[in-house]
Amino acid sequence: MNYEGVNTRSDKVPTDSDSRERDLVLRSKRGDRSAFGELVKNHMRRAYYVALGLVGSHDDALDISQEAFARAFDARDALDPERPFYPWLYQILRRLSFNHLRNRKTRRARLDAEAHWIVADATSRAAVDDPARQVERLEVRERIGTAIEELSQWEREVFVLRQFEDLRYREIAELLKIPVGTVMSRLYSARRSLAAQLEDLL
Amino acid sequence: MNRLEATDRDRVQYLLMGRLDDELSPDEIAEFDSLIETDAGVRAEWEKLRTMKSVTAAVKLRAPPDEIWEDYMNSVYRRIERGTAWILISIGAIVLLSFALWTGVESLLQDTTTPWYLKGAIMSLLVGFVVLFVSVVREKLFVYKNDPYTEVKR
Repeated sequence: MNYEGVNTRSDKVPTDSDSRERDLVLRSKRGDRSAFGELVKNHMRRAYYVALGLVGSHDDALDISQEAFARAFDARDALDPERPFYPWLYQILRRLSFNHLRNRKTRRARLDAEAHWIVADATSRAAVDDPARQVERLEVRERIGTAIEELSQWEREVFVLRQFEDLRYREIAELLKIPVGTVMSRLYSARRSLAAQLEDLL
Repeated sequence: MNRLEATDRDRVQYLLMGRLDDELSPDEIAEFDSLIETDAGVRAEWEKLRTMKSVTAAVKLRAPPDEIWEDYMNSVYRRIERGTAWILISIGAIVLLSFALWTGVESLLQDTTTPWYLKGAIMSLLVGFVVLFVSVVREKLFVYKNDPYTEVKR
């Protein structure tokens, strides 16, 4: 199948921030903790949020994202200064997240205790002022959260990267090292599954 | 489903997802528009997916308390330090325990007053540990070789 029509934002010329990151990676490889600290600072929010999307719990997302950085520092010899840092970090992050998800018992227990890893976007003033609508939004939010929980880890991953990270297909494909067609079919499967679970809301 | 139908279905999925996420070229948008005009099934699916997207678009990931960012980096450093400490402790403990175990076992085995069944139990324990160790190492190697993420640095 031809995916030529798919937009791409990856064919870009190196920017100042790219060369800055290259410098930080080079210094980190030499064991410079302050340089690595800057890399952490630049990517910690993104790492946390993607982990939160994948595992659905604040504590676990914090733990996993910090552990990913610690392991990245341990494995800094494998860093390639010519390539962006985040996709490399993401491989560690997703592995830790998937390992965590394999323990479904723990995951379920944590989620039952913590829950509410997503929130309704309170853009509507009426919804904020009207308690009945607030309750309705809360229920819808919980239904959506549960539906996302039910997705397979592969479907959930592409859904999170598209929905919450707002990445283009090409970017997701590069991050996951899979063809764009696979991204689209996983996303399609995820959305079909969500539509089936949320049928009465549609 | 034959091959042609599967390919058609793949194309429909591609157009549905691409349109939903604004990833289609103008030609593909025209192809999509023509498809939903002529195919009621695809049109119904499109409406459902579009509504589903608007429902899920209304939620976002919950922001954590701001304080976590202040201590985030320190926590990473602590993990790095603890990781190094654990490696050193583990190496030291393994060497010391192995030495103590070997010294103890050696003296028991060389002691002529030690009953034969006690010597047998010690040997059984040692052989059991060795078999267990080899089995665990073999399993880890098998998992590592068959893991789809072997390129990932852990």
